[in-house]
Amino acid sequence: MNVIEVKGLKKSYGQVHAVRGVDLSIPAGEIFALLGPNGAGKTTTVEILEGFRSRDAGEVSVLGFDPKVQGHGGRQWRDRIGIVLQSAADAGDLTVIETVDHFSGYYSKPRKPDEVLAAVGLEEKSGALIRNLSGGQRRRLDVALGIIGSPELLFLDEPTTGFDPEARRAFWALIQQLRGDGTSILLTTHYLDEAEALADRVAVINDGLIIEVSTPAELGGRATSQAVVSWRDGNQIKTEATDNPTSVVTRLNAHFGGEIPELTVTRPSLEDIYLTMIGGVHE
Amino acid sequence: MNKIPSALNLGMRRGVLEVKQFSRQRESVVFTLLFPVILMAIFGSVFKSQQLPEGVTFSQYFIAGMIASGLVNTGFQSLAITIPMERDVGGLKRLRGTPMPASSYFIGKAILISVSMIVQIALLFGFGVLFFSVNMPTGASKWLTFTWLILLGSACSTAIGIAFSVVPKSGRGASAVVSPIVIILQFFSGVFFVFTDLPAWMQQVAAIFPLKWLTQGMRSVFLPDAWQKQEVAQSWENGRTFTILIIWLVIGVFFSVRKFKWDRD
Repeated sequence: MNVIEVKGLKKSYGQVHAVRGVDLSIPAGEIFALLGPNGAGKTTTVEILEGFRSRDAGEVSVLGFDPKVQGHGGRQWRDRIGIVLQSAADAGDLTVIETVDHFSGYYSKPRKPDEVLAAVGLEEKSGALIRNLSGGQRRRLDVALGIIGSPELLFLDEPTTGFDPEARRAFWALIQQLRGDGTSILLTTHYLDEAEALADRVAVINDGLIIEVSTPAELGGRATSQAVVSWRDGNQIKTEATDNPTSVVTRLNAHFGGEIPELTVTRPSLEDIYLTMIGGVHE
Repeated sequence: MNKIPSALNLGMRRGVLEVKQFSRQRESVVFTLLFPVILMAIFGSVFKSQQLPEGVTFSQYFIAGMIASGLVNTGFQSLAITIPMERDVGGLKRLRGTPMPASSYFIGKAILISVSMIVQIALLFGFGVLFFSVNMPTGASKWLTFTWLILLGSACSTAIGIAFSVVPKSGRGASAVVSPIVIILQFFSGVFFVFTDLPAWMQQVAAIFPLKWLTQGMRSVFLPDAWQKQEVAQSWENGRTFTILIIWLVIGVFFSVRKFKWDRD
């Protein structure tokens, strides 16, 4: 079963066509990353799926329900999803554990607050007031509040913005563990390495349309694109683009009669591919 | 399938959390709870010698107005300012993304307002009796009137405050929008001055809004019945006060439910 099914989604703000016909199918258990520059329609799409925004056209099903669902049905639907928004800076006068414990009371089958704090690495800050947390700690609290209800589907919006490299690695491990527990995850991120490390599939959205949906390894023909072999010959660096890097290396090996000086074989990074796809526009 | 907690149950939990949060904000605790006492001290001292009809002291007249405007300050004013601030920092949007229903959020606010009203009234009573020889209401019927005025007044003020929270565009600007309304209403409604001394047009404007009626109702609790002759209608008009508060409560609840904004854009 697909946790998210979107067909022909459209949304305009006045004259601005933010989303111009998006289709998405995300099967249960997948980590799916939505990539795109600011203003591409990423946030609008995700907020429609989260039930925060209305749409102009198209069909949307999230866990089998239209996110427009209201009243008791809406509560039961929200009981099954978790949302980590870009930023929330409220409740500074409560402690971490008070807040997590309080939010756990909203759900029918919450995780244990201490276990969630341990999972996000905040157990030592349990008794601290939220206003005394660092930016990264606060972000981890956001994540804790997103997963406290044992969601079947988790929305993560730019989850690691402001993390140091170590905290990002720890966060990625947490996300992989959640997937291991069967949680489906829709991730939006600016970091291509994050998408590559976490996502089973990525979609690139630009100008309100999905350009491509693929695995990170295959996006934009990355797996089949030419490799670049480079080496030093005398005091010159030489490069050669090729479909058969192994034979080039074998040839060079024979040429040098052993070790090839400063040999590298590279394929385009996900970032290279992504930037080409969105027309080289940097965010 | 497990059941999600009821809206009322979550409302109570919200109330406990709101009170806990409020009690940790020292500045707002002092401002909200002690401000009426400070006003009482200032006005009580300035007008100490002023003689009102029927042997009523100014302090006795003033405590009725202070409790009535306490209801407006604590409910309407504080909610119409703090809710836009919560919205600005993304706290409301996060709540919107959980299974907690809007009604629980509103119940939580109503609990916070009620608790802070009770503390405020206790302080005003204690201070008034100790330093300004204020007489407490006497007789069961006065206390009964007092009780429904506080309950209905708190509910009404909470509902209008939540409804009005959509008006300020940002938390920073909220105070500038809300505070003048409250101060003007206080002057028009006979909180600081004897109502019948005000120009007729002011009295008529005030009669549209709840504060005038709350103040008048509180006078029926704190002043001797002989004072009724001094009222515009020569009567306490408690039945009319009840009706007008109910109408405002319905208006407040209607707009709170229909128009509440969780998100800044």
